[in-house]
This record gives sequence, C-alpha cells and structure tokens, in this order.
Amino acid sequence: MSVPRYWRETKYRYRLIGQMCAQCGNAGFPRSGVCSACGSVDLEEVKLAETGHVVTWTVVRNPPAGYMEYAPYLVALVELDDGVRVLSQLVDIEPIKVKTGMRVEAAFRRVKVDGGSGIIEYGYKFRPLIE
Amino acid sequence: MRAVAVAGVGLTKVSEHWEKGLQDLFTEAAHKAFEDAGTKEIDALYVANMGAPILQGQMHLGAMLADALGMRGVPALSVGAASASGGVAFHEGVKAVASGFADCVLVGGVEKMSDGLPEEVYSILAMAEDQEYTAYTGVTNTGLNALIHRSYMETYGATAEEIAMFAVRGHEHAVGSKHSQYPFKVAIDRVLASPMEADPVHMLECAAVGDGAAAMILMPADKAPEGVEVAATSVATGPYYLAGRKDILTFDAVKTAAERAYKVAGVTPDDIDLVEVHDETTITGVISLEDLGFVEKGKGASYVADGCTMREGEVPTNTFGGLKARGHPLGATGLYQVGEVALQLQGRAGPCQVEGAQVGLAESLGGLGSTCAVTILRRG
Repeated sequence: MSVPRYWRETKYRYRLIGQMCAQCGNAGFPRSGVCSACGSVDLEEVKLAETGHVVTWTVVRNPPAGYMEYAPYLVALVELDDGVRVLSQLVDIEPIKVKTGMRVEAAFRRVKVDGGSGIIEYGYKFRPLIE
Repeated sequence: MRAVAVAGVGLTKVSEHWEKGLQDLFTEAAHKAFEDAGTKEIDALYVANMGAPILQGQMHLGAMLADALGMRGVPALSVGAASASGGVAFHEGVKAVASGFADCVLVGGVEKMSDGLPEEVYSILAMAEDQEYTAYTGVTNTGLNALIHRSYMETYGATAEEIAMFAVRGHEHAVGSKHSQYPFKVAIDRVLASPMEADPVHMLECAAVGDGAAAMILMPADKAPEGVEVAATSVATGPYYLAGRKDILTFDAVKTAAERAYKVAGVTPDDIDLVEVHDETTITGVISLEDLGFVEKGKGASYVADGCTMREGEVPTNTFGGLKARGHPLGATGLYQVGEVALQLQGRAGPCQVEGAQVGLAESLGGLGSTCAVTILRRG
C-alpha cells in the first residue's frame, strides 16, 4: 500500500470516525459520501462509540498474504453502542471463550506489515470489555 | 428488442490444468461453442474474468483472446464483477444481440486459478470486498461466509449438518458429469469431519481452486432454431459492506435481480424446473434458494436436508454439482451455470438430466452477494 493511501485513512482507523447524516441522523462506518438511509449528501464526521457487542464471529485459519503472522485469528462483526456496525479482528481472547453478544471495546493495534512498501499498518481491533 | 437464444455451449472440464494456460483454456471452450453453434462468424467478444490482472499479471484480455481465436477486428472487452463476472458478461452479451448492435456474440469466461499460490488466491478472493475496511481486517471470503453461517444457525436454529448437506447434494448431482471437477459422492460425516476453514465452515463446505473456461454463442432467436431462448437476464447490486446491512442473512441484490427477471420472463419460482445457484460455501447456496423465492427465509437448510433440491425433488438444484462439485473458476463460473441450464433444457445433460425441464434459472454472485446476476432460460 502506498504512503498517501495509508495516510488518507489514518484519522478514521486510528480514532474510529464514521459519518452522521445531518438530515436524518443515521450514522455509518466507513464514511461513504452518501447517507445509506435517506440518500442525503449532507454529512458530518462523528466519533463512534468505542464499546459494543459481538453480533457474529469466525476464526480465520487460512489467511490472505500479509496476515500470516497472526493466524489463526478471530474476526467479528461488532455492533457499537450507538448502533453502528464495524468489522474487526477480535484480540486478547481464545476462540473457545468467544460468545455471540459478548461486550467488547476498541483497542489500537498493529494490523499488518505491508510487503510492497514496507509500511507498518495500525488501526482498531476489538477486545473483551472488562466492566 | 429482439428475442435472443443461446446457440452454442462450450465447457472445459474444471480441474487443475497444470499443462494449460489461460489462453489455452479460453480457446478450447470457444472452439467447442463454435462447433456446437455451427458458426464462428461472431461480431463481438465479451470475456468474463476476475483474477487475471493478479494471477497472470495480465490485463487487456479482450484483444489478447480475440487474436488467439483469429478474430482480429471484432470489438472485444473484459467484464469484471468479481465472481459474478460470468453472469454479468452474459447479460451484456444478451443486450448486444437484443438491441441489434450485434448478430452473433461470443461470451466466454475463463479463470486460471492454479497459477497462484494459496495465499494469493485468498487475497484475490478478498479483492471483491473493500480493501480499506473489509479486507483490511484480514477476513477472507470464506471468513465472511462464516460470519453469516454462524448467524444463520443462531437465528434460525439450523444445524451444522443441515447446512452441510448442501455440499453433499452437489456431489451427488456431479456423478457422471464430464465437465465437473469432483464428480463423486462425499458423505456428510466426511464433510463435518473435514478441518475448519473459517469456523463454523468446514473445508468440504467450500468451493475449491479450479481452472476452467465456459463459452456461449448468442444469436437472435429466429436465427438459432435449435437454441435455447433467453427469457430474462437481470443484474443488481446490493449493500457492499456486510457491516452496513440491516439483515445480514438476506442478499438484497438477489431479491432485486430475481424480482426483475421473474417479471421480464413472466414466470414465478413455481415455474422453474431447475436452478443453478452460487454456493461458494454451503450457506450462500442456502440463502440463495431463499432469496430467489424457492423456500421461506430460515427454512432453506432443512429444505436441502429433506431432499427437496435433489434431481427428483421439488427444485432440482446445482444439477452438475454447483460451485462445490462442478467447480468455481471465478469469472467463468456464471457461464458454466448458464451453459448447464441450456444443456438441461435441450435434453443434453446425460446422467445429470432433469427429465422434462422447460424453464431453468442461474444465479451468480459477486462478493458476499453485493452483485447478483440472474438468468432465466426457456426451451424454445
């Protein structure tokens, strides 16, 4: 991945910034330039909730190029407390202990060491919430 | 708009063709289709492919393959819609003939997957999804299937065995098929004992890597009396991100494409005598049957387990094995499906024949159901 391409996304990946529709209030992630609920392009950036719950999950055992070092790893569809859904790796937990519905929080982690341009990519992963 | 017919079909065997390259496979299928149609006077070429730019480092397939066929001068282009490329290319070819822009079109799909290392193939499959926020998580195509597979089990109470039966049924149907990759039976115990690919999806619930090419000649129906009428083609897109879907167990694109196709063809699911669906894993096969309207939402897995999709059942499904047993050479897959429906309606399906089939449907998916192409063929 090229440096500018990585750099364009850092704000959203590092801080979990989504978009909110100024017309109907629908929030979404990632930003897309149009409200998926009402079609409005009157959008604002919004900081998303950093806690939520697991909707569904899997264990990736045969990873794509660049992800070998973490395999096998958990991937979950997380619904944040503001209702927005995010796809993410799930870390700091053994697969056998994961349960649908469990509470999780966003964490800042290394995601990938890029082969082509040597960039070390960071971003969000989710981990169990200790309440 | 003119009525269009499939005038010729050419399918190579899906396999790991170590000795054949992308051009070899494509021309083999094309020559079979020419021979079947009794003509090679085409005036347009559509190529369906997904992975050549990465697997072979090859772009510009249109000009390359037109030249390989000795057809310099024809307009040629490649059509890309991930693993729905074949279905979408067919739709484009039909439009060209129906509109009068072309009188004889070759639509051919090709994929030479075994040129890639396994992790490269996983990366290519994930390129159907957004690289910045979906593939970025390290999720694979099978991993995405696994997310809906688990949710389906937890939401509707379907068992692992019921869903896995989709793979067993495909293998049963492939027995005797000349072009299928794995034409043999596989017992449910073996499927469930195979290693996890992405929990809860077992390896033997997933389509494997395969090379293949499928080609079809399209002509105006009145010029191809022996052909099979194209009753409808339809392409739709749906929400691109799994995370952006309100209901992750429904493929909106399938519902939209199917609704349009049924309307154009003037048929309902009850009129369909056989169906070829896109079972990249077992759960996409199950959900496809539901969203195409053959069975109520949440009941698809038990429908399959009960035998309703068998050759003698209510809706014979994946009659040459589907993606699991016929094989899934990505960009070519959608054209294998349409070609198989044509062979069925012409009574040329050999040991895989569904007796008396008059109307058949093929459903091709790109990404996790974010593109859907539906084709309905009718015996002329």
